[in-house]
Amino acid sequence: MSWVVENLDLIGRLTVEHLRQSALPIVLGLLLSIPAGWFAFRFRLTRGVVLTAVGLLYTIPSLALFALLPPLLGISFLSEVNLIVALTIYAVAIMTRFVADALSSVEPSVRQAADAVGYGTWRRFWQVDLPLAGPVVLAGLRVTAVSTISLCTVGILIGIDNLGYLFTNGYQRQIIPEILAGVVAVVVIALLVDWLLVLAGRALMPWTRKGA
Amino acid sequence: MIEFRSVTKTYPDGTHAVDDFSLVVPAHTTTVLVGSSGSGKTTLLRMINRMVEPTSGTIEIDGESIAERDPVRLRRSIGYVLQNGGLLPHHRVVDNVATVLRLEGTPKQQARDRAMEVLDVVGLDRSLATRYPSQLSGGQQQRVGVARALAADPNILLMDEPFGAVDPIVRAELQTETLRLQQELHKTVVFVTHDIDEAFLLGDQVVILETGAQVAQIGSPSEIIENPASEFVASFIGTERGARALRTKETGHGTVLVDATGRTQGRLVGDDDEGTA
Repeated sequence: MSWVVENLDLIGRLTVEHLRQSALPIVLGLLLSIPAGWFAFRFRLTRGVVLTAVGLLYTIPSLALFALLPPLLGISFLSEVNLIVALTIYAVAIMTRFVADALSSVEPSVRQAADAVGYGTWRRFWQVDLPLAGPVVLAGLRVTAVSTISLCTVGILIGIDNLGYLFTNGYQRQIIPEILAGVVAVVVIALLVDWLLVLAGRALMPWTRKGA
Repeated sequence: MIEFRSVTKTYPDGTHAVDDFSLVVPAHTTTVLVGSSGSGKTTLLRMINRMVEPTSGTIEIDGESIAERDPVRLRRSIGYVLQNGGLLPHHRVVDNVATVLRLEGTPKQQARDRAMEVLDVVGLDRSLATRYPSQLSGGQQQRVGVARALAADPNILLMDEPFGAVDPIVRAELQTETLRLQQELHKTVVFVTHDIDEAFLLGDQVVILETGAQVAQIGSPSEIIENPASEFVASFIGTERGARALRTKETGHGTVLVDATGRTQGRLVGDDDEGTA
């Protein structure tokens, strides 16, 4: 316990780094999965193939991805971009199926009503389909956020400092409290982000509130 | 005025939903398309705002073919009331009513002010304006649906089995309300239903449809009841049943009307009694 108290500064700094590195892939994953999920939803014939292909991205081991991405993107193996891109790929892999399912969850009668009163295709997507798909998209985003925050720790293997540092450093120096502190910190920020997403969902989708 | 000219709708699998249908819907009156499921009545209705495109034939509004018009703009110019209201669940009542005005670019506050006025017109309390559709009863949702259709003051109102999903008491209330509104507003209304009583109650012109939108008979309710064009029409409107097959029976207090099962349905009044009866 004394290790934790003495190193609160370090833990705090790594936590902020960790959040910063996780946030971008979560946001990018959401933004990229919207067109991908829409594509899978819209074109029924290719739906199975698209979703399976995107889902398979998640099975690529992260270390392999870290090795593959630098030559493809022309970046350094040790670059933070390497970690961000890898985490974004995993986020898209999770989110795409959620977005496709979310769009399918919108009542066809509502979509038809929107058409009947004169929504154009583009406007209907942003103002009707997507907001109504919101609850399922949010469910996916919560899974993605927790997964990304947890997965982010592997960044330390390519020399990117975040809470993963507490794992490798604690292991090398055999400081068990350091490893435990890392685990607790990851869990705490995962829960915190999850909670913030739930709050944001309530604020953005007031019609879904119970008894509302 | 809306005019169907030899309109046909054939689906890729070969079914003829509509086969060579022609009809004139006079302006400022209510035309009811009535038929059982498979009669193509909803298909016909949806052709008027290009939700369904005819395979052949033309539809004209005031002499202008709608095929030339942009479907989205066309839809905004026509009020549409759907079964179950068809409200957007994520918009408050006031914004649902203001939908078409907002789509047409009316500033938000102005659209909302107008929406509040229309709530009055359809007999909804303004306090409901900030609710979501799920917080309303079926009848209230349907009124919001009507308000939304009226908000942009269209000339044409399409009503697609609007009262099919509400209970009989609320339905009767909404029907009365529809008659009242029509007396005030004089829209060109095309109303679809499978309920012949509703058709006779609301329609100035009633179109009875058989499978494939074949016209069995067109006329005013009186014309159809007095002179059904075919066995099909007679059986569809139930001339042999209920309150449409009455015979007279003499009683100590004058002549009464009795239905096929022997129940007295009403009293026969002479012309002189009118107004006092």
